Amino acid sequence: MAMLTYEEKYRVRGGTLVGGDLFDFWLGPFYVGFFGVTTIFFSALGTALILYGAALGGDWNVWRINIAPPDLSYGLGFAPLKEGGLWQVITICAIGAFVSWALRQVEITRKLGMGYHVPFAFGVAIFAYVSLVVIRPVLMGAWGHGFPYGILSHLDWVSNTGYQYLHFHYNPAHMLAVTFFFTTTLSLSLHGALVLSAANPPKGQAVKTAEHENTFFRDTIGWSIGTLGIHRLGLFLALSAGFWSAVCIIISGPFWTRGWPEWWGWWLNLPIWK
Amino acid sequence: MISGVKLGLGLVGAVGATLLGIAMLSQFQAPSLEIVQRGYRGTAMQVNYNEKQLASYLAENKVPASLPQAPAAGPKAGAVYKNVQVLGDLSVGQFTRLMVSITSWVSPKQGCAYCHNTANMAEDSLYTKIVSRRMFQMTQHINADWQPHVQGTGVTCYTCHRGNPVPNNIWFNDPGPRSPSGGMISAGASTGQNLAAASTRYASLPYDPFTPFLEGDHSIRVQGDEALPGSNRHSIKEAEWTFSLMNYFGNSLGVNCTYCHNSRAFSDWSQSTPAKVTAWHGIQMTRDLNGDYLKQLANAWPVNRLGPTGDSPKLACATCHQGVYKPLYGVSMLKDFPELARPGAAGLAYLNASWTPASPMDQEKVGEQGKPSN
Repeated sequence: MAMLTYEEKYRVRGGTLVGGDLFDFWLGPFYVGFFGVTTIFFSALGTALILYGAALGGDWNVWRINIAPPDLSYGLGFAPLKEGGLWQVITICAIGAFVSWALRQVEITRKLGMGYHVPFAFGVAIFAYVSLVVIRPVLMGAWGHGFPYGILSHLDWVSNTGYQYLHFHYNPAHMLAVTFFFTTTLSLSLHGALVLSAANPPKGQAVKTAEHENTFFRDTIGWSIGTLGIHRLGLFLALSAGFWSAVCIIISGPFWTRGWPEWWGWWLNLPIWK
Repeated sequence: MISGVKLGLGLVGAVGATLLGIAMLSQFQAPSLEIVQRGYRGTAMQVNYNEKQLASYLAENKVPASLPQAPAAGPKAGAVYKNVQVLGDLSVGQFTRLMVSITSWVSPKQGCAYCHNTANMAEDSLYTKIVSRRMFQMTQHINADWQPHVQGTGVTCYTCHRGNPVPNNIWFNDPGPRSPSGGMISAGASTGQNLAAASTRYASLPYDPFTPFLEGDHSIRVQGDEALPGSNRHSIKEAEWTFSLMNYFGNSLGVNCTYCHNSRAFSDWSQSTPAKVTAWHGIQMTRDLNGDYLKQLANAWPVNRLGPTGDSPKLACATCHQGVYKPLYGVSMLKDFPELARPGAAGLAYLNASWTPASPMDQEKVGEQGKPSN
């Protein structure tokens, strides 16, 4: 297999976080590393346990496979395997796999001598997951507050969790998260449209340059963020969406138990117009 | 100069943002939770309470001590006193005990004179006496005919009144706010919504969820039973009106939507909790009581007891429940006052009227879930 142009620079020894040279090699095109090994371990074990859980559930319809967390009565202790313990072990495996993958990204980043943007961005996604299955359950005092692992069952959980607070659209952090998600897709669509347009000129014309792209947006909205800036903006918007999603669920329950509309009492009670 | 303005504006902005931030953050509660799981694990069907709040509710919803029972023997109140229309077959002792009790429940400060001309107790000259006679009948009717909702616990005057001559959580038809000039209804309220209304827990949903559903019998059920748009002609506005009513229900009982519903299929009886059946009977009961008791007193009330459109005061869930899933946390005062549990006149006719289940299947499941569960 021929190496890509940048692989020569990438395939260098060193930059590992743990284990020194032990796993510092490639299998075909794939870097292994200590965290590649732990990723494989946690992924394989977690997937096997999900299959075991599906077998226990007796329903192999992929939509309906459901691995539920323990009853709230188990609190923050271990539950029997078939009564939510499986969910607990799978959660450990998932976090182990996700964090391993992020650390493998760190090692590759160090080999490439570039910034930590990629592992940091993935770290925000891991934070959002950990918020749901660790931070919020711990704050609320039971692992049973985690979401169940199943395609339909996790949607039912999301729906009921939202309706525990009567009207979730009044959750202020949810408002921010939704706004960031929409803004992310808007800016990605604008950016994608611009790049595709510049790279696919009419027959007979040359491919347009970055300066042409800048001119388009200067003509349209009076300003262009630039080729580097758009990627910084995209990263900020996407990470903000994930971050505020995590915040919006952490505050629901631990820090507010009633309907979200009622939370806005602070606004209604401002001394200006109370 | 310019930089001075900039600095000034910056300072104002920083101070303003800080104050708003403090106002926002002070609204949150420290995590100290009491949580009740009400569904299979992982379904997120549960009721969440903050322990501090729960403690204040527990303190506010205590049952007062009952007076010792009076002997049933002896002359009847109807024979000894004049104009005793509802409670005439109680003994004089029982009758006096009940009158003393209702005074402490309803008019502890005003005393007997709140309803009676103390020079002639039999006289019907005060409107409060007319109203309280009808309220005795209503209480008996609730306890006798609405057991699917109040079950054995029942209600007494205290369930609603709690020491107040007029119960706290009554409602009137709400025509919406007037414009500053006093005449027309203001534009912001012209659709019956978009105000932070206490009735719907400060959502922008319709602010009068009572009139269509608990005085009228407008259909609460708006969800379609088909995956794609088809035969369901209910509008988004109707759905919001139902949502408003449901917010009111939840707040009145100190619970959330999942107390009765699995939100994956709100309307499906088989996926709902048994509490939904109790609530359904409660809706029928509220309509019955508003129509046959409170509105019937329309000519008795003085003007200062009427609503903005001249309508009678009416009751709804919070009038009894007062923020608690079972009024007074399910402690029965009725067992100490069996005279308030006499059979009423209306019988169980309501059970056969006004509701047709979506399918025989549903009916079967209602029956199954209708058993008292807690």
